[in-house]
Amino acid sequence: MSQATGITVLNVLRVVQRNARVWWKYKVPSLVGNLGQPLLFLVAFGFGLGQQIDTIAGLTYLQFIAPGLSASAVMYSAAFEATYGSYTRLSTQSTFEGILMTPITVEELALGEVLWGALKGLLSGLIMIVVMPFFGLWPSLWVICLPLLLFVAGILFAALGLIMTALATNYDFFNYFVSLIITPLFLFSGIFFAIENLPTPTQAVLRFVPLAPVVDLARMFCYGTMQPGWPVQVGTIVLLAAAASWLAAILLRRRLIK
Amino acid sequence: MNSTNTQYSLIVEARGLAKAFGVRQALKGIDFDIRQGECFGFLGPNGAGKTTTIQIILGLVEKSAGELLVFGQRVPDHLKSIKVQVGVVPQHDNLDTDLTVFENLLTYASYYQLPRHEAAVRATELLKFFALDNRRRDYIRQLSGGQRRRLLLARAMMHRPQLLILDEPTVGLDPQARHLIWQRLKSLREQGVTMMLTSHYMDEVARLSDRILVMDQGQVVAQGEPKQMVSDLVGLDVFEVVCTDDECLLLEVVAADCHARTERTPDGLYIYTSKDCAELDRAIRPCSQWLRRPANLEDLFIQLTGRTLHES
Repeated sequence: MSQATGITVLNVLRVVQRNARVWWKYKVPSLVGNLGQPLLFLVAFGFGLGQQIDTIAGLTYLQFIAPGLSASAVMYSAAFEATYGSYTRLSTQSTFEGILMTPITVEELALGEVLWGALKGLLSGLIMIVVMPFFGLWPSLWVICLPLLLFVAGILFAALGLIMTALATNYDFFNYFVSLIITPLFLFSGIFFAIENLPTPTQAVLRFVPLAPVVDLARMFCYGTMQPGWPVQVGTIVLLAAAASWLAAILLRRRLIK
Repeated sequence: MNSTNTQYSLIVEARGLAKAFGVRQALKGIDFDIRQGECFGFLGPNGAGKTTTIQIILGLVEKSAGELLVFGQRVPDHLKSIKVQVGVVPQHDNLDTDLTVFENLLTYASYYQLPRHEAAVRATELLKFFALDNRRRDYIRQLSGGQRRRLLLARAMMHRPQLLILDEPTVGLDPQARHLIWQRLKSLREQGVTMMLTSHYMDEVARLSDRILVMDQGQVVAQGEPKQMVSDLVGLDVFEVVCTDDECLLLEVVAADCHARTERTPDGLYIYTSKDCAELDRAIRPCSQWLRRPANLEDLFIQLTGRTLHES
């Protein structure tokens, strides 16, 4: 507790708590904003386009895309919270400045912001799972493990977002992040089509991008269709999440302490 | 001064404290002590290094050189345990605009791990003390400048800090609002809270501070007790005279005979006296406009930091 470098879990939680207190006031518009898009995709593609498409890997098209859309909901919520949300607290609202005058350190603040983004992501992902039965989709028992996966994915994307926030000079900076990272990940991570159908070199690239293994695993956990090597994929995501969080904390310190 | 530590404990000790932002030397090695229970005033023009000093104490800026002890603990190694005992009123309002007045206090208290019930009691008490108890449900944007400052003060006091750092606590406020804040600060001082105050309002510093330090361009130019410093460095009385060139020249000669210091301004003369002098009184009388007043901190400040604007 007396060391400047030590991280106190309670301090991290206080940052989360502060954001949760604010979120609670605006929960309805916030949820609509986070869920509108993936739900619309589920309806438009799953029902609409799905009529024209045969099964993929033994799943109807609706079954095929639903778990991936849940993963993408996590990505969008977590990444947007840790960019637009965190950057507002960093810049215009001076919230970070206020927090750093207290015993809370930059590292605790960074982890708090990442954890908060991850929780928002998890919530969005869970709601997508919960509505699946309303679309006639019934998950397997493996789905119990899915929240943990979505949470780790949330950490990863919130940390990536916070890295952008630490580097941003204005809101327009996030256009790079959204247009060059988030949107391509959404389209090419195997949510809408099986990566296996693509040429091998393309597959290799796509397997490397951070959303693809999450989509893959989400589908396995949803339908209990576990394939060999899944623990390696989980391990990869956990490692990426930890590395991104660590980098976010370092960059935020560089940004805030002169 | 060899028995200082037995007389009072030191809350802040700075030795050779320096900070460079790139090539700009914001602090060029300053020394000062803040004693328990006193109000220590930092004076200096904009860019003198006052805020940088505060930010180093808070760990928001890393020192380039020197030693800094707060509560006897080294900065930045022990920042966490130091900051538990420090309250800050920043120069720029950073109240949480997403939260109400009361929620601001509760949330801030949570950063110090104050139990929620205790925080609620404390917040109610402080809102009353700072005359804000009818605004507890309001959002920050609904508050006036004076109310925001008072809320910043209340926020800084939530965890009962031993050291209160006030960076320009009344900047931009109207006289009523300033007086209310001064009253409250005096009462906090009587309760034994040690204060570090920066300001460029001389009346504010003169009112509140036991000892002051004058900074200019990153250096300490003087420190001591304000009254003593004014009489030592400025004198007893100041004449502000509007005079023609000839009148001014004559006055300068008379002043020199009276061992008074003079300073020319575009339209006249300032004369700083250290004792009464009948010849000077007589020589001034024919001038079209003149004023005699006690020397004050502003004279000291101008004397030490110059009359021209030199922002860095």
